[in-house]
Amino acid sequence: MAAEVFGNVVERCRAEEEELLGRWKEIVAESLRGRMTGVELDKELRDLLDALLSALAAGGGTDPGAEAYGEVRALLGELSRNRAHQGFSPRETAVAVFALKRALRDRIGDEPGFTPLTDLIDELGLITFEVYTRAREEVISNQAEQLLELATPVVKLWHGVVALPLVGTLDSARAQVVMEKLLQTLVDTGSEHAIIDITGVPAVDTQVAQHLLKTVVAARLMGADCIISGIRPQIAQTIVALGIEFGDIATKSTLADALMLAISRSGVDFGAEMAKRGL
Amino acid sequence: MTAQELPIAGDADVVRVRQLVRTAAVAARLSLVDQTKLVTAASELARNTLTHGGGGSATVEQVSSTIKAGVRVVFHDKGPGIPDIALALTDGYTSANGMGLGLGGAKRLVDTFDIVSSPGEGTTVTVVKWAR
Repeated sequence: MAAEVFGNVVERCRAEEEELLGRWKEIVAESLRGRMTGVELDKELRDLLDALLSALAAGGGTDPGAEAYGEVRALLGELSRNRAHQGFSPRETAVAVFALKRALRDRIGDEPGFTPLTDLIDELGLITFEVYTRAREEVISNQAEQLLELATPVVKLWHGVVALPLVGTLDSARAQVVMEKLLQTLVDTGSEHAIIDITGVPAVDTQVAQHLLKTVVAARLMGADCIISGIRPQIAQTIVALGIEFGDIATKSTLADALMLAISRSGVDFGAEMAKRGL
Repeated sequence: MTAQELPIAGDADVVRVRQLVRTAAVAARLSLVDQTKLVTAASELARNTLTHGGGGSATVEQVSSTIKAGVRVVFHDKGPGIPDIALALTDGYTSANGMGLGLGGAKRLVDTFDIVSSPGEGTTVTVVKWAR
């Protein structure tokens, strides 16, 4: 039974709770080098120690997955997530738990229940690490999503002409975002011409080409005319070797050429327009 | 540079293979056009490895003959294999909703193209691009 395994550990810890907490806080604060306030840290560790001792007293046993440790796990999860979001390193996060071992050894190292207790703390430390990693992965995937949104601006170049400058890799997820944004902008601005600029796309393979073609076809269904620009010499040669046909879709080497074409297609006398604007 | 092997298990790995191939192509002093051709071919083949082979690996290494340098990329998977290689190389033939130009296009983009496949035992595609 739990009481036998841990002996008088709980009683002794409760008796020396303040001293134990003080020593624990000292070790953790040392590793954090003033990046957390003493009050915050005090509350965190005090809650954690209290939850742990209560769970032990309730006969939680040696398995940290047991029901009695529910509150301890929740507190640890919160602690790890906070650390991960605040940009602390895994070491600085794990030390919050492992430092308790050192504090315990200093105070009650001679107790028979000390060894099983440190084993339990090791397990709890691993939980911290798992939560920390998961939280960091969440941060990364959120950033990837934000990047996806950021990297696809649709800009208005002229009355009735919008452009979509693509930069980087065009995978399926991004192609979907790009297409949706372009079609929505066509509706919102009432534009009849769209220019997709691929100057910033490092390689055009069949998947990228297929996504581009689908976007153009979708835009056409909405009555908009698409021009693909930014086709560099090496991309042109690669597309030819691959055997991709762009059919009757207008393509231009530069965005400037594509803009000229779009404007002239919309029936604007380019010379007169320039003169009117004093260019 | 010694051979470097990358696993192909997801879309992100295709991007990683592409980047590694580009780095190797730059190191082997391939021209910009040849770099782009090799990177594009690698992209097609890596995606084939992923979608048809169910994942596998890509090995990128620099090679050199007496007079020139080049880059060799080997794609390997343990997937279902290709029953009819000639058909798979035909432009417009696709078994996965693509354009059907990937395999044949990749062959046209590189200097040496070798494919070994038997049903049930997977597929190995070896390509080499030489610097001019």
